[in-house]
Amino acid sequence: MPILEMRGISKHFGSLIANDGIDLDVESGEIHALLGENGAGKSTLMKILYGLYQPDTGTITIDGKAVRFKSPADAIAHGIGFVSQHFALVPTFSVAENVVLGYERGARLNHDEIERTVRQTAEQHHFQIDAKALVGDLSVGQQQRVEILKALYRGCRILILDEPTAVLTPRDTAGLFDILRGLQKEGLSVIIITHKLDEVLAISQQVTVLRSGKVVGRVKTNETNAPQLARMMVGRETVQAVRNTDHRPLPNVTLEVDNLTLDNKRGVRVLNNVRLHVQAGEIVGIAGVAGNGQSELVSILTGTAVPRSGSVCVKGKPVAFGDPRECIRHRIARIPEDRLKGVIGDLSVADNLMLEQAEQFTAMGHLQHQKIVQHAKRLIEEYQIKASPHDRVRTLSGGNIQKVILARTLSPNPDLVIAAQPTRGLDVGATEYVHQKLVEQKQRGTAILLLSEDLDEILILSDRILVMYKGEIVGEFTADAVDIDQISLLMTGAANQESKDVSN
Amino acid sequence: MFRIERAPAPLWMRGLIPLIAILITFLLVSVLIISAGANPLSTFYELLINPLTRTSARWDILMMATPIILTGVAVVVAFACGYYNIGAEGQLYAGGIAAAWMGTQLDGVSPWVAIPLMLLAGFVAGMLWALLPAVLKVRLKVDEVVTTLLLNSVMLFIVSALLNGPWRDPASGWPQSPTIALAAQFPVIIPRSRVHFGFIVAIIVVLVVWWVMARTRLGLELRATGYNREAAQFLGIRVSRMTLLAALISGGIAGLAGVGEVAGIHYYLIGSISPGFGYTGIIVATLGALTAPGALLAALFIALINRGALSASRELDVPVYLSEVIQAVLLLVTLATLLLTRYRIRRKV
Repeated sequence: MPILEMRGISKHFGSLIANDGIDLDVESGEIHALLGENGAGKSTLMKILYGLYQPDTGTITIDGKAVRFKSPADAIAHGIGFVSQHFALVPTFSVAENVVLGYERGARLNHDEIERTVRQTAEQHHFQIDAKALVGDLSVGQQQRVEILKALYRGCRILILDEPTAVLTPRDTAGLFDILRGLQKEGLSVIIITHKLDEVLAISQQVTVLRSGKVVGRVKTNETNAPQLARMMVGRETVQAVRNTDHRPLPNVTLEVDNLTLDNKRGVRVLNNVRLHVQAGEIVGIAGVAGNGQSELVSILTGTAVPRSGSVCVKGKPVAFGDPRECIRHRIARIPEDRLKGVIGDLSVADNLMLEQAEQFTAMGHLQHQKIVQHAKRLIEEYQIKASPHDRVRTLSGGNIQKVILARTLSPNPDLVIAAQPTRGLDVGATEYVHQKLVEQKQRGTAILLLSEDLDEILILSDRILVMYKGEIVGEFTADAVDIDQISLLMTGAANQESKDVSN
Repeated sequence: MFRIERAPAPLWMRGLIPLIAILITFLLVSVLIISAGANPLSTFYELLINPLTRTSARWDILMMATPIILTGVAVVVAFACGYYNIGAEGQLYAGGIAAAWMGTQLDGVSPWVAIPLMLLAGFVAGMLWALLPAVLKVRLKVDEVVTTLLLNSVMLFIVSALLNGPWRDPASGWPQSPTIALAAQFPVIIPRSRVHFGFIVAIIVVLVVWWVMARTRLGLELRATGYNREAAQFLGIRVSRMTLLAALISGGIAGLAGVGEVAGIHYYLIGSISPGFGYTGIIVATLGALTAPGALLAALFIALINRGALSASRELDVPVYLSEVIQAVLLLVTLATLLLTRYRIRRKV
């Protein structure tokens, strides 16, 4: 008998039907993958299970007993644990304090007692974690373990993980999977929300696939394969993005970055002598774990930060720092990390599409409304933006906002594209669209610098891959000589560690 | 059972919001009127309808609306750019001082020269008084709400110092500046009323500001800066320059309000030319949804209530402060109902 049965769960938000009659069965002691694109309804379903939302219709049965959760407290009491993408941890508290927070026994805090029980819980589940450490000092992977520990401490039997690997390095991901397999051996059930096929195949025994709020497939992992899952998830044959093997960069160097060094506000060096170049007609990808200087590099290249030293040249001409208009002058297209900082949400699509070239749409200071709307209509059609020129950008979906940014930055035929996390948070369709547009630009002879936390994206698109670690470029690979193992070692700094061990 | 969801209210609802806000306001104010011993219905008749039935009262509304149209539009320009100028009151007085000074220098000059000079002087003075907090904001990120608000008090003392010092009327000893030259006085534009040329200035300012904000690149960039400063900067808009411009234009327009009061109503400067027109401007701008035409309508409405309160207090013996209470309640209710446009009420099955 399954430990968890969800039957006919429906939930709508306004006109959006997030869940439409979903059934979900989870056996005791199984790792169950809930697979689907962004917006397929995975998170909604799990938030219902965790008592954050009330379903419109449907029943939940745990251990054969019908339950109804009015709040997460109810769900926790029934053995449900939830680890969200956004950790709910107090950075200035210790691991032990975070774990017991909200579940302290008695009015007085006995720190030794707390640490002892937390350590016990950790050992019981074979966790390696220092109960005394401050959470703020821990890596993201370790913080995630604290979240899991929190759920276990509250006696969970069904652990829900919402896209747990989104923030992890490849190494941390492997560590997480080991932990999950350990929990499984103890008889816990795990539900893992994801849209990554390889993870589903690596860790789960059972897969439920959602598409547009409905269950489209329920299969045993060992009876399926990646193409089949992809077909179910996307509803068409996903063309496995063919790696662009035609690496024929033009001889002229478009972007030349030399000795870029930057200290942050606390005086910590975040970029150290970064040197790189991108040729015309070439995509150079920068791989790296978040927080190793990529954001800072982007902000210098997009005109929002000034380095301590170094130079940036585009087509041989030096670019002045700290002035976004300088980027426009040098024909640099910028796709910002946070797309909401690349558009004015309260202005219309038409206004947003012309803001970077406003002078072309102005006569004696007066905006040429006709011309602006026509320009918008043309780009909306060309870039398949689902919006009308007068819609406020704020009302668009993430994918369409990104298309607005692409249309605005790519339509004037730039010489250089700085693409930072261009597909973050986008669904498969929109992601493919962005990739296609970047490849089109490359084929036009544009130089592209791609920064992404999604290693797959870097691997698929790049002609050359640079690895960034602690503000330095620590490795370079050409597309045909990629060594993924070596890249992940470089990304995590493990390569340095090994070489040190050798020299000792 | 009903539940509230976070979703935009339907479109027809948003159009009703101002009317609903006014309705709720009057329901709330009724409580006060009843406790003051008057009949709410006849009070509202006096406040809202009676002034419109008499010609002289109708003209009074235009006269009383003139300064708050200007301060309202001044606040619109600043707020739309994300610069929270609370200093329209002080900037109005700066314009008043300039008008009082300029007005005494224009003996024997043609009004065609004198009146533009008056307006120019007031605009420049308002800008200058707005300059310091704007520069502090742009250069050092000093909160403009605090600086502009506090400078209002400073301005009142400057006015007081002038009126009790160099400008004290030598004959009467009153703290009142010398009367301005005839040529500098704004002509009355409607016979047998106190509606002066300043009203035309206010309407022109409304039209110009509306055109600039809605139809020019400058306005687009000002609004972009106000909506999302960081994104605007990313898009190459010079946000510091925009902020400075908005602050100075705002100050200048508020200065014009001071010119109107000196040159159109009193013909000299006294310490009480403004009973808080600058602050009323904030209410006007908010009620007008931070647009110039909206501010015009809101200013006329508030002028109507102000005029109505005069006769209501005479006829019904309710305190004349009633109109101020209504304005304050209306502001709060409007802000609250604007919040409601983000939600829907849904019947739970």
